[in-house]
Amino acid sequence: MSETSSTKKTVLYNLHVELGAKMVPFAGYDMPVQYPEGILNEHLHTRESAGLFDVSHMGQLVIAGDNPAAAIETLIPGDIQALGSGEMRYSFLTNEQGGILDDLIVTQRTEDLFVVVNAACKAQDIALLTDGLAGKAQVTELTNRALVALQGPKAAAVLARFAPEVATMSFMTYREVDIDGVPCFVTRSGYTGEDGFEISIPNNNAEALCRKLLGDSDVKPIGLGARDSLRLEAGLCLYGHDLTEKTTPISAGLIWAISKRRREEGGFPGADVIQAEISNKPAMKRVGILPEGRAPAREHTVITDEAGNAIGEITSGGFSPSLGIPIAMGYVPLDFSAIGTKINLLVRGKSRPAVVAKMPFVEQRYYRG
Amino acid sequence: MSYKFTEDHEWVLLEGDVATIGISDYAQGQLGDVVYVEVPTVGDEIAKGDELAVVESVKAASEVYSPVSGEIIDVNTELEGAPTMVNEDAMEGGWFAKIRVTNSADLDDLMDEATYKTFVEGLDE
Repeated sequence: MSETSSTKKTVLYNLHVELGAKMVPFAGYDMPVQYPEGILNEHLHTRESAGLFDVSHMGQLVIAGDNPAAAIETLIPGDIQALGSGEMRYSFLTNEQGGILDDLIVTQRTEDLFVVVNAACKAQDIALLTDGLAGKAQVTELTNRALVALQGPKAAAVLARFAPEVATMSFMTYREVDIDGVPCFVTRSGYTGEDGFEISIPNNNAEALCRKLLGDSDVKPIGLGARDSLRLEAGLCLYGHDLTEKTTPISAGLIWAISKRRREEGGFPGADVIQAEISNKPAMKRVGILPEGRAPAREHTVITDEAGNAIGEITSGGFSPSLGIPIAMGYVPLDFSAIGTKINLLVRGKSRPAVVAKMPFVEQRYYRG
Repeated sequence: MSYKFTEDHEWVLLEGDVATIGISDYAQGQLGDVVYVEVPTVGDEIAKGDELAVVESVKAASEVYSPVSGEIIDVNTELEGAPTMVNEDAMEGGWFAKIRVTNSADLDDLMDEATYKTFVEGLDE
């Protein structure tokens, strides 16, 4: 229905359609928002068993050069030089104002870096990295590989049936593994709050391998709808919503992703702004929000103090299938960021009470060995 | 007495001068799992085309518009505790409100069941 000639397809498109997915345009790709089971069941299945997500729309890059870790540190505040081979880290590209241009995952491999970036920012990121690293490192997009995520408490047992060596991988590590004879890049990571893996597969083998994984009775295909509700429950940021060029890592509560050395040394775009915010505290802070009652408060909902003065905005909001209540996150002034602070939300013109709450809303269950 | 439908997928069932309003089975399927329904207030006057209710699925909020003008005389309070009734029983148990209609001619330009069925089939192409 919404398909146009300009939307791209991942190599798993035909499989999605065959599985009965509802396809929607997302970041220039035709992506499955849900399968016939529906978002609620897909979400709960991932929390209880294992879900398979197509994230091939995301950008997979290799950055190679004499010292790519040192080179990329000129563009991101992540401590990439501290990574041993096979270790990975969450970081972000920053601008001169300390705002976030994209969030990304950087893996130190034996010879080079393997980087995964958001689909919507892919072209911009590749241009920025290519220009910014010119003369120091080369950026190559791996357009010949698909990317899927296998997430949930049974993900490890399922994947280990095909490749036993993945069972002992720790959270945020990388390994090159043959899965059913196919050479894959496997990371123990994901964006659902669950244990799980992201698997980079040669395009030609992707559909067959996904069919094998889906052949396991514990695995169901999961669409972007549940991916969004899962990451919101896990308190994880969605770029373009919770993180933008206007939000700094400090106001977003991502200071944990900047090591002591990088905080002190700086050397990345906007370091002065970010260092000042670390010392002086940011004006606004990202917080979890629990609306009272059952009405979800969506993105752009105005947050007010109890007197009705606008103080901020919700950046992600919806319904938590695991908890059966609405949940949200948004930005409020520092004075309103303490857990338990009473606020109001303007939902369709009506002021509704809510409270600042601890995140994640649902406990993260990463495998740390 | 038979169902009438709007192009926005609301249904109306007129009994005497009381119209019961809901959304069609096609609409609930498009919305997906309903997690919250905001129903209007009993006693309020509503004009044809005004927002009557809001249906929230996991992914989005959708407005339901009143196909008729009149006074809200009853709302489906069961939806508060069981919003999925809209998915499970869209055409009966998932109703939103009953309106005492001021002008039954409001229903004249609505589709009957057969016409609506053809209309929906056209949308799926």
